[in-house]
Amino acid sequence: MNLAAEGVEHHPLVPIWQELVVGSIAFALLCFVLMKFVLPRMETMYQARVDAIEGGLKRAEAAQAEANQLLEQYRAQLAEVRTEAAQIRDDARADAESIRTEILAKAREESDRIIAAGRESLAVERQTIVRELRAEVGGLAVDLASRIVGESLADEARRKGTVERFLTDLESAGAR
Amino acid sequence: MSGQLVAAEGLPWPPSVGDFYPPDLAGPWVTKFTLMIWLAVGLLIIFFMATYRNPKLVPSKGQWMAESVYGLVRDNIAREQMGKDGIRFAPYFTVLFCFIVVTNLFGIVPGLQISPNSHIAFPIVLAVITYVMYLYIGVRKHGLGSYLKQTLIIPGVPWPMHFLLIPIEFLQNFINRPVTLAVRLFANMFAGHLILLVFTVGGFVMLASDNLFIQVSSIAAFLMAILMAFFEVLVALLQAYVFVTLTANYIGSSLADEH
Repeated sequence: MNLAAEGVEHHPLVPIWQELVVGSIAFALLCFVLMKFVLPRMETMYQARVDAIEGGLKRAEAAQAEANQLLEQYRAQLAEVRTEAAQIRDDARADAESIRTEILAKAREESDRIIAAGRESLAVERQTIVRELRAEVGGLAVDLASRIVGESLADEARRKGTVERFLTDLESAGAR
Repeated sequence: MSGQLVAAEGLPWPPSVGDFYPPDLAGPWVTKFTLMIWLAVGLLIIFFMATYRNPKLVPSKGQWMAESVYGLVRDNIAREQMGKDGIRFAPYFTVLFCFIVVTNLFGIVPGLQISPNSHIAFPIVLAVITYVMYLYIGVRKHGLGSYLKQTLIIPGVPWPMHFLLIPIEFLQNFINRPVTLAVRLFANMFAGHLILLVFTVGGFVMLASDNLFIQVSSIAAFLMAILMAFFEVLVALLQAYVFVTLTANYIGSSLADEH
């Protein structure tokens, strides 16, 4: 075998025992430090990240579902409100109608009453006037008669019939 | 040995196994290789502690980098090889992966320029851990007897075949696995360093030549060295990936319920 200039030839497949010791200790130290202080935290962080991502997705899904539900709810409420409003409107319309008819009826009644009262008072007045007139006509007739009697009493019987007829005519004209 | 060339530049030529064993800095405990191991450990601890001191759900750039390494090992190695069970091993695999990547990459870091894994001691340590781990997990899960039975005996085979198959399975599962694991990593790093040495040192040797043609040709050697350095990056990452994937696969087979 070719010997190197600087010294002892070492077979490369034979380990140097000091290196075995140093290698073991150094590697054990490395393992201890990293596996105790670093890598478990890394795994935790890894899981936390997975959780964060999956949790985020789950939360987003939940939020979406909730939003959909709310939307549905609002839609239902809106529809409900709409029907209610329509009903209220219908009710109001019906109320207005009934109030109108009622008022109309009242007004008609009132007007009828007023008209009836007017008619009655007219009739009463007419009656009064007729009565007064009749009394007056009687007086006038008597006046006229006495005057006629005073001037010419001839043909008394005929004149008597004339007065009677006159009065009857007068009465029938008043009743008309 | 081409003595006149070495004399000309003071460069060791051709590259040999001796280049992998530089003189100790201060005894056998403090060498370039042990220091590189401590450096790798220190760098990794600092990197992960710094980037993961204050982790947030939305990561910073450093945190994101640290997490992508973990994510790669967790999802592309552990879960791929072992299914859901693999995730609890992901922290160890991540440490293993990072350690091998960093030590492998030392092979092309200026100033270091050799991977500690080109000394077989370090791959042995890592392979032994994998070995012990998958044996222990297999025995703990199935009990010694049924683990051996499950590992060695292939179901549905005519019984005389077992005389042949049991030794093969034994060799395969209890000897070849750890040995190949260690040797594969070691050999790749060893060969990689050797290739870089050939082209770089060779380039300088050619440059020191008296012949103009050989001096000009050294450009090709340097270009090749650069190309090989990039190639080494690929090998460094790939070998780390292979080591961890096989470890996951072995542990997965220990956890499995069938052969």
